[in-house]
Amino acid sequence: MAFENLTSRFQMAFRRLTGKARLNDNDIEEMLREVRLSLLEADVNYRVVKEFTEEIRDKALGEKIMKGLNPGQQVVKIVNDELKALMGTEAVPINLKDSGISVVMLVGLQGTGKTTTAGKLAQLLRKNEGKNPLLIAADIYRPAAIDQLQVVGKQLDIPVFSLGNERDPRDIVKEGLRYAAKEALNLVIIDTAGRLHVNETLMDELTDIKKIVSPDEILLTVDAMTGQDAVNVASAFHEKLAITGCILTKLDGDTRGGAALSVRKVTGIPIKFAGTGEKLNEIEIFHPERMASRILGMGDVVSLIEKATEEIDENEAMSMMEKMMSGSFNFNDLLKQMKMIKRMGAFSGILKFLPGMSQLANSEKVDDKQLVYIEAIIRSMTPEERRKPELVERSSGRRNRIARGSGRSTTEVNRLLTMLEKQQKMMRQMVNMSPQQMEKMSSRMTDPMGYDPKKK
Amino acid sequence: MGIFQKLFQAKDQKARRQKFIAGMAKTRKAAIRSLKDVLITEKAIDEALFSKIEEIFIMADIGVDTVIRFIASLKDEVKKRKMTVPRDLEDVIVDQLFALYLNDEIVDTHIRFNEQGPTIILMVGVNGTGKTTSIGKLAYQLKAEGKSVMMAAADTFRAGAIDQLKIWGERVGCKVISKNPGADPSSVVFEAIRLAKQESCDVLLIDTAGRLQNKVNLMRELDKMNRTIQRELPNQIYETYLVIDATTGQNGLQQAKVFHEVTNISGIVLTKLDGTAKGGIVLAIRQELGIPISFVGLGEKITDLDYFDIEDYIYGLFADFFE
Repeated sequence: MAFENLTSRFQMAFRRLTGKARLNDNDIEEMLREVRLSLLEADVNYRVVKEFTEEIRDKALGEKIMKGLNPGQQVVKIVNDELKALMGTEAVPINLKDSGISVVMLVGLQGTGKTTTAGKLAQLLRKNEGKNPLLIAADIYRPAAIDQLQVVGKQLDIPVFSLGNERDPRDIVKEGLRYAAKEALNLVIIDTAGRLHVNETLMDELTDIKKIVSPDEILLTVDAMTGQDAVNVASAFHEKLAITGCILTKLDGDTRGGAALSVRKVTGIPIKFAGTGEKLNEIEIFHPERMASRILGMGDVVSLIEKATEEIDENEAMSMMEKMMSGSFNFNDLLKQMKMIKRMGAFSGILKFLPGMSQLANSEKVDDKQLVYIEAIIRSMTPEERRKPELVERSSGRRNRIARGSGRSTTEVNRLLTMLEKQQKMMRQMVNMSPQQMEKMSSRMTDPMGYDPKKK
Repeated sequence: MGIFQKLFQAKDQKARRQKFIAGMAKTRKAAIRSLKDVLITEKAIDEALFSKIEEIFIMADIGVDTVIRFIASLKDEVKKRKMTVPRDLEDVIVDQLFALYLNDEIVDTHIRFNEQGPTIILMVGVNGTGKTTSIGKLAYQLKAEGKSVMMAAADTFRAGAIDQLKIWGERVGCKVISKNPGADPSSVVFEAIRLAKQESCDVLLIDTAGRLQNKVNLMRELDKMNRTIQRELPNQIYETYLVIDATTGQNGLQQAKVFHEVTNISGIVLTKLDGTAKGGIVLAIRQELGIPISFVGLGEKITDLDYFDIEDYIYGLFADFFE
């Protein structure tokens, strides 16, 4: 997958750039090239990428490199911070009236998920805002679109207003609003037909509907998988209708969702909700800050940076790394590493923290529970044994004693020894390795650190 | 006369081309600077020119890796031929695009019909790409070609999907085999094949639920449908079309990869090409996975489905050349 290639490219770039105090032109250029490619691979619009990286260049030049980071990471930090700023730092709430009927219009291209979203949104606003929603079926064009909305309404126990597909959508919404007033419903969500932004007749229909219902929100559904065209689509809908927000749909796929950034940067419209699954409760208030690192596709680097700046004592981490690199890694170090891991949460965190190791980080294989066992085993060793792992290695008596003391099996003690040994060996190899070799090694190793707790 | 000129002056295909122009012309309104502008206004073949060409290709969603490789081979060609005038690049670009698509193969995207027993066409893809609509259009076309057609509503998940297919069935005038919503899709497939055999139907079109390729359970469900087809019609070839929305970006490649692993995709139906999106990701799919494009959807009408033609497509990509 592209993502993995990128990550390894990054690590190579990182390795070339260490031990500098300030960012210079070359560092920035080199990293920005990677950032540019990464954003393009995430479907961020070409022009947006270009503009964005220009802005970053100016900001980054001369910036002091933070302790614990290298120049490459520093650039990623700046990029990530800017991305976050661009996406908006906080969720933008939906605008509804306190009293009277609030009206929400859903618009967008065909197949972006308007009908499903209409149901999801009605359900969410009923739950969170205590509204009594009505769904209006204004898609008279797509075969069975009305049926679909009715089924969704039935599943959620939310009324659906429809006049079939023979009447003009303008009349449907007019009568629908009257129906809502009569039934004392205070939220109306209009499911409009999917249309191309270049279809003038249908775009005019939307303008008319807008005039008739004076909506509180016009939300554009944007498929998270959209490519470069997202900008054209969003701009066209925005120009015509002055949309008030976006809903990013199908975000539960494996797309990086760069369209979100393009739309945000070009139109300035906030993304308010995200569709995260097939079920009708799978909609969320959109948190822009989480999207930044997904788009950048450097989740591991970004979280390293965040963790390095927040939770880890940088000096401790650096000396740990030096220690690992030197190859004289013993049980004390392993224990210290465990503690660091515990502080950071996930086990994979520490692996990602080490340069070149992110491919090895597979949190599914080593879970946090195993860490407790490992700690128990190490704690059952004498201080001398922790310093000199070979003592444990040579004596089965010691291993049996440790197993008894920790309440784990001798097999597990043996496995821990193998793990330490493998890690030492790997560290020694890594010191003198070229990036290519490193990559090769990573792909060869299927079980991270040689410790697979499922092997009982 | 260069390939480029030939491509754009061929008279015989003019009518067909008109459709592509009508379909893909909207891009002219888009912010994309046309290739023609670039090649005319730039004075020299240099990095700046290459980066502009790169922009145009990336804006068409062709895919970053494919574009980078494409630009590299373009540079080689320029060097080899010692070219200096930007305008001369026209032919090279079109030539290279053909090479990229054809990849030294004869690409035949027509449906492979079985001589005996029904020919199965399985439509798969992520949500909202236009599977059901494409089936409707395809059924219409096949009927017009004199085939007897049946449809199977194996999307038992999405609300209204079965009704949607039934409406298409009425429009086209063909039988739709369905069960209740929530039924096992494979059982619908099984039943439909049985009936298609019994009634000696020529073509059976199977509509499946939209599924994101990272949903393991849904991909297993698809695998099961596949096995049902293979069991019921052993040793018969059948077509599996992946429906890709032209607005799809880089994720299209991932879609094709994962679906191809599960179902052995024989072709792509590229839908919604009548918007401003160019669907360039299909070129990346072709290059990386070898999957050809079989059909394109160019509009809302029942007749708006066409066999894919690489010349038409490239023509559509660069229609702005003729302004």
